[in-house]
Amino acid sequence: MNIFKLSIKNIFNKPLSSTISLALLILGVGIISLLLQLNSLIKNQMNNNLKGIDMVVGAKGSPLQLILSSVYHVDSPTGNISYKEAEEISKNKMVGSSIKLLYGDNYKGFRIVGAEKKYIELYGAVFKKGNGWNKPFEVVVGSKVSKELKINLGDEFVSSHGLRENGESHDHKSFKVVGLLESSNSVIDQLIITSPTSVWNIHDDHDHLNDDEHQHNEKEITAMLIKFKSPMNIIQFPRLINEKTNLQAAVPSYEISRLFKLFGFGIETLSYLAYIIIIVSGFSLFINLFNSMNDRKYEMALIRILGGSRLQLSKMIIFESLILTISGFLLGLLFSRLGVILVSSLMEESINYDLNSFNILTDEYWLLILSVLIGLVASLIPVIQVYKMNISKILSDE
Amino acid sequence: MIKTKKLEFSYNNQEFFKFHDINLKKKENLLIIGKSGVGKTTLLHLLAGLLKSSSGSIELFGKNITSLSSDELDKFRKNNIGIVFQRPHFVNSLTVKENLQLAQYIANKKNNFRIESVLKNLNIFDKAYNKTNSLSQGEKQRASIAMAIINSPKLILADEPSSSLDDENCTRVIKLLKKQAREFEAQLIVITHDSRLKKHFEKSIEL
Repeated sequence: MNIFKLSIKNIFNKPLSSTISLALLILGVGIISLLLQLNSLIKNQMNNNLKGIDMVVGAKGSPLQLILSSVYHVDSPTGNISYKEAEEISKNKMVGSSIKLLYGDNYKGFRIVGAEKKYIELYGAVFKKGNGWNKPFEVVVGSKVSKELKINLGDEFVSSHGLRENGESHDHKSFKVVGLLESSNSVIDQLIITSPTSVWNIHDDHDHLNDDEHQHNEKEITAMLIKFKSPMNIIQFPRLINEKTNLQAAVPSYEISRLFKLFGFGIETLSYLAYIIIIVSGFSLFINLFNSMNDRKYEMALIRILGGSRLQLSKMIIFESLILTISGFLLGLLFSRLGVILVSSLMEESINYDLNSFNILTDEYWLLILSVLIGLVASLIPVIQVYKMNISKILSDE
Repeated sequence: MIKTKKLEFSYNNQEFFKFHDINLKKKENLLIIGKSGVGKTTLLHLLAGLLKSSSGSIELFGKNITSLSSDELDKFRKNNIGIVFQRPHFVNSLTVKENLQLAQYIANKKNNFRIESVLKNLNIFDKAYNKTNSLSQGEKQRASIAMAIINSPKLILADEPSSSLDDENCTRVIKLLKKQAREFEAQLIVITHDSRLKKHFEKSIEL
């Protein structure tokens, strides 16, 4: 027997009130930690996809839309731009490297992107099977696409027009799979990549009568990803393009931080709510301890009579409080992890779950400190009562 | 050796108590008898070091406890004094055995063998793993005697141990206390208003 064991026995002796404080703390810590985890998961995922892309050039429209469609492949493109104009920009001496992208078709909901081969290198994707394309209509398939559609080397398929699954089929020409990629935890996992020529060809052969926008007198692309020679150019160059040409230049890191600010507001509100829950749990803990002080005054007097010091009684109370807050913190963390697994499986489309994020985030250490602090504050007044306790009076009142 | 001299105590200068001197030699027991309101419990608390006297001195086993600080008193109490209360008190979340283990832990005297022998001696060994609030009144009283003697105190103080008992049980409890004191070489001071106890003690003081 020791004071720590005594505290545990005391907690289990009052399961109802202990459970209420514990449940509140688990809820509060769980929500905050879940928000932190999802936030960092999404940020990591988004930043992972931004590697090596300083600027995106595309048709005029919403800059966020341009970034979402050309970098993350989640929105419709803003339109097409002339190949010639893009080529001119890519020759500018401030541009280090550029990748032209064409997209607008899909196969069973997965986007087909016409790109130069270095697009695959940009994300550091490695071939699991096969190689890159050599001829038009040969495609390389991202890991998630091959897994979900059970595509293998040598398979052939027909694409659909548009970005949604049930678009009109280009059934006069089929694609052949020549390469499968390993997972790279980036957007390329969910893409089908082919040469730009394939995409041009499939649309040139169109014989829609009333289709003005598909008059390809001149070659067009959808967007171009650019990396600068010097990071300094990121301030100057986009402005130049936006002012001097009829193209649009957007800086992904800027647009994404703008996006985070937008939904960051929701996260903030929710986390304030969770902090309030944590504080309420602190109050509930305090009230439990405070009430139990009166119920337990005889047993505390007894412990003092047996020779127990005020310090030992204080330890008993502080342990009781800390055991609850720390286990509340740990269980909250556990629940947030289960939450992350749940949410990421619901959002399979846009988030590839990465086990690395089971790491404890810096902010979660702060949450631990907060929990411990709440435990200490809740036990403060009961501890003061222990020091003021008049054993003789308690025993004479019986 | 238990000696008090000109012991006085006052609650907030309103109630004032003046106590007869006590002088006990080794192995001597004492009955302190008095009506309610004469300061019996106050005297017991003074002897246990739970209250500080306003004047006078208490000497227990060669130590003047009136000059000790409250931390020193805690220490002195756990090594020398066991108290049997009018109503038994326990830590309710613990079993009988765990209560005794806690008492030993506080006094730094871990000894399971001692727990066993005390419980057997008091005939409640079969209740060792019961929670204290599941015990009968008699069992509770015996368990509280176990708590008082578990750390082999030199002095056992008992506060109204027989107040709510019939004659038969009264005799049984007081014999039990005397037997425990004798077996564990402790001195016994019983404080009561119950004149039935007089016949069990050679030495008594009336307050």
